Amino acid sequence: MSPPVAPAGWSRWLVPPAALSVHLSIGQAYAWSVFKPPLESALGLSGTESALPFQLAIVMLGLSAAFGGTLVERNGPRWAMTVALVCFSSGFLISALGAATEQYWLIVLGYGFVGGIGLGIGYISPVSTLIKWFPDRPGMATGIAIMGFGGGALIASPWSTQMLQSFGSDSSGIAVAFLVHGLTYAVFMSLGVLLVRVPRTDRPVQGAPSTLQGPQVSAGSALRTPQFWCLWVVLCMNVTAGIGILEKAAPMITDFFANTSTPVSVSAAAGFVALLSAANMAGRIGWSSTSDLIGRKNIYRVYLGVGALMYALIALFGDSSKPLFVLCAMVILSFYGGGFATVPAYLKDLFGTYQVGAIHGRLLTAWSTAGVLGPLIVNWIADHQKEDGKSGASLYSLSFVIMIGLLVIGFVANEFVRPVHARHHVPAPREEALDAERQQPESA
Amino acid sequence: MPNDSSQSPPDRRPLIAFAWLWVGAPLAYGLYELVQKATKLFTG
Repeated sequence: MSPPVAPAGWSRWLVPPAALSVHLSIGQAYAWSVFKPPLESALGLSGTESALPFQLAIVMLGLSAAFGGTLVERNGPRWAMTVALVCFSSGFLISALGAATEQYWLIVLGYGFVGGIGLGIGYISPVSTLIKWFPDRPGMATGIAIMGFGGGALIASPWSTQMLQSFGSDSSGIAVAFLVHGLTYAVFMSLGVLLVRVPRTDRPVQGAPSTLQGPQVSAGSALRTPQFWCLWVVLCMNVTAGIGILEKAAPMITDFFANTSTPVSVSAAAGFVALLSAANMAGRIGWSSTSDLIGRKNIYRVYLGVGALMYALIALFGDSSKPLFVLCAMVILSFYGGGFATVPAYLKDLFGTYQVGAIHGRLLTAWSTAGVLGPLIVNWIADHQKEDGKSGASLYSLSFVIMIGLLVIGFVANEFVRPVHARHHVPAPREEALDAERQQPESA
Repeated sequence: MPNDSSQSPPDRRPLIAFAWLWVGAPLAYGLYELVQKATKLFTG
């Protein structure tokens, strides 16, 4: 399957909404918790069991992004978006069958395994294409798409809640809710499948490059460069630091101000979590766009350096001022989102656009690692501090010191990032062959 | 008779507006719900 080439006059501003239609859909994964309590009561599951579909989906996201990246590069964004649509929607439909027949394994298989493949392929599907359409502003372009992944949960969380209220929280109500989710997301994502195009390389299309620019490195070669592994460490450390707060945001703010004159109520803690989601989303588009102006290396210096400073401020003065605590946490979460959104443009700067989607897919294994590491550090330490009789802010002091250390490691790894050596570059004739493959435009 | 290369490409602006509305409307709904929740930090 050859990638869909843009006809003459095709606007590049049609590509970000195509990407958003996919990312806003698959971002639903972070709203899985809405289904947990109804599933637990309807099917008699424990909290650990009801988390299984989400956990498997995240594992499959990492695996399919890492191993499917080369296929995505070869077959193009429309193929990838179609696979994402089919898998993500089928996942819900299989889950609907599972809920209707009260066969929980079908929900795990559907949402977790099949849907998870949709998440991974969908996540990387527009990245390479966006960078090719916006060579002048790759950070902004990928920031828009990856912001969508954060925005997906904002939409799905209230929407799914309302649906469960309407259809009921028993197994048949959950089945109908899953069915509606599957069908709606299929329609919503189809916009991306229909609109996405790769730019023509024989002539510029509204700012797109006429040829591949700068050094180009294949996905296989990228893995053999120190730059890839430095970036892997940078992303892993930045994400770990963000998840450290995100994972325990509500209990953390409650514990921090429990022994003060201004304790935080449960509903106020929920407001804090919402505020962090907003910061996470804003950071994705805001910081990623800023990276187009100040450079990728500099923006990661900010994420990691200022991030460490924010953690230090929380650790030292956080429990004395609620506004300071909230502000520092929001800045850290904005850097967390920014780190995700900026990394495709960083990869493009280092490895070129040739197989940037596949390289990005492989780099996302850093996300999977951080997803385990961040919650593990914060939860394990908080539990042990509690056993030692500590309370309030001191439950998290050690975690914050560890987070500062991780951010410093990430900062140092970022300093080691240098341009890729010429021996890893793809020979020029390969570029020409690639150009030739793309010269057949699709009818509008 | 004009050849193909002299024909002006179709106006994409309505399609661009539709596409952005398609993704913008649900995102606006999500943001509205988010603001509702976030204000509880200051009022709750």
